[in-house]
Amino acid sequence: MNTEKNIKTLIVKKPLKLDCGKTIKDFPIAYETYGSLNSKKDNAILVFHALTGDQFVTGINPVTNKEGWWSYAVGPAKAIDTNKYFVICSNVIGGCMGSYGPSHKDPDQKIFGTNFPVITINDMVNAQYNLLDHFGIDKLFSITGGSMGGMQVLQFISNFPDKSKTVIPIATASSHSAQNIAFNELGRQAITADSNWKDGNYTSNDTNPGKGLAVARMAAHITYLSKKGLQEKFGRKLQEREDLKFGFDADFQIESYLRYQGSVFVDRFDANSYLYITRAMDYFDLAKQFNGNLSEAFKNTNAKFFIISFTSDWLYPTQENKDIVIALNSIGADVGFVEIVSDKGHDSFLLDVPDFLSALKNFLDKSYEEN
Amino acid sequence: MKNEFQVIADLIEKDKKVLDVGCADGTLMKFLKDNKNINIRGLEISKEKVQECIAKGLTVIEGNAEKDLKQFTDKSFDYVILSQTLQAFLNPELVLDELLRVGKKAIVTIPNFGYWKVRFHLLFKGTMPITKTLPDEWYNTPNLHMCTIKDFFYFVKSKDIKIFKSLALNNLNSSIINHSNLGVKNLFADLGIFLIEK
Repeated sequence: MNTEKNIKTLIVKKPLKLDCGKTIKDFPIAYETYGSLNSKKDNAILVFHALTGDQFVTGINPVTNKEGWWSYAVGPAKAIDTNKYFVICSNVIGGCMGSYGPSHKDPDQKIFGTNFPVITINDMVNAQYNLLDHFGIDKLFSITGGSMGGMQVLQFISNFPDKSKTVIPIATASSHSAQNIAFNELGRQAITADSNWKDGNYTSNDTNPGKGLAVARMAAHITYLSKKGLQEKFGRKLQEREDLKFGFDADFQIESYLRYQGSVFVDRFDANSYLYITRAMDYFDLAKQFNGNLSEAFKNTNAKFFIISFTSDWLYPTQENKDIVIALNSIGADVGFVEIVSDKGHDSFLLDVPDFLSALKNFLDKSYEEN
Repeated sequence: MKNEFQVIADLIEKDKKVLDVGCADGTLMKFLKDNKNINIRGLEISKEKVQECIAKGLTVIEGNAEKDLKQFTDKSFDYVILSQTLQAFLNPELVLDELLRVGKKAIVTIPNFGYWKVRFHLLFKGTMPITKTLPDEWYNTPNLHMCTIKDFFYFVKSKDIKIFKSLALNNLNSSIINHSNLGVKNLFADLGIFLIEK
């Protein structure tokens, strides 16, 4: 899972007080960069990854040997053009691609497991903020990310209102809905119900709750797609057979597809990290941090916002994205919004959706010209 | 750029904050931004047009004036522009009230159904009028509430809305409308432009 090679790490010496009350220090943040920082240091874009993403945004991920999670959007001449911009992305704390997380060892050299402190979206962005100092960047050109990445975008600009010129939350929400929490709880229950989970101490017990983690991934994966997209791709097509087998093997292509998604996920992701990160998402409620008034979260920023949602995204539907637009408009912020037509569900932001990619590119490039 | 837009632009002072409702491809917004240093925002229902605005570097929100104006706070813009769309709303009165709530002033333009060519078309051809400003057939027109310059003039008066300036536009010529020439302007202008406040 975690190979030390190819992972760049920043050790954060400064103590960070977490929302849970605990303080961490001397902890690692694993990051990757693309493109180069110009001499004025005004071309940096901080990208935040979603639940199961990592710092390897584009190109070949050196750990999994697969394409980076946002290869459609980030790269030379792409929407986030690395010939022009310096892209930074780091693994969230609580994650499993090198940043401080439950698979790390505590000061007594015992693997944390569920003794790792519960972290929040706020803790994640406060940890990542150290990257600005590391690169000597006073102000980012942009911050962006989809899904949980979008939550980090919102939290980041709320915490550091003058640290980014533009702000692009994508397919996200300012708080997790009951439905979002419900699906995350389903995933967590699948993991903890796996007898190999061993109260989170599977590594020291030399086991792995792979079955539970795979089920969690399968359930979540369904929420990333749309009904129409699933129907068109799979329908009732059978998996390498002429007829039903009257058993519980994967008769249907969709079953086989989900099983495959589950199995490849287990190879690259840590079960405890899945618990921690989904918890952080569930706890996210930006308005609550400001006594129920979301607008207050943004009142100190002059940044230019651009919010993007997708028609078939039922996990973070357009209305939840629009609520952010409304909160920004009520304080006269500079905010644009577009809903992109796509059948690809919540996953649209990760896929080749030309209208989305061109809107993202145009917004960034035009804003950069005005710099 | 359309002559209508030039007339609208002339009504707005430099450095103001302006909302263009139904901003289409952002032509007027871009002009105001580039030439008058206007802090400009747009609201547009068509996804394609929103994309065109983004490509021009304009801040635009995809949305519907009948539902989405309510998110803006009272008098948060110096001017709110509504060009040739009032007649296409289900409830134009409500939209007009919203424009005047959100904007300190509003600039509303209306295609004039009292224009002589419109009257002649109906009178002599006996079919629904089609002109340059009213190009659609009766069965596919987005217009639900056509009115004349005179109708609009009396309507805003009845609502105690203050008219700062009302202009009649015919091709390239714009002229002031007042009480005494209302009947003539209502006959010879194909477009009315009103700068109003409540």
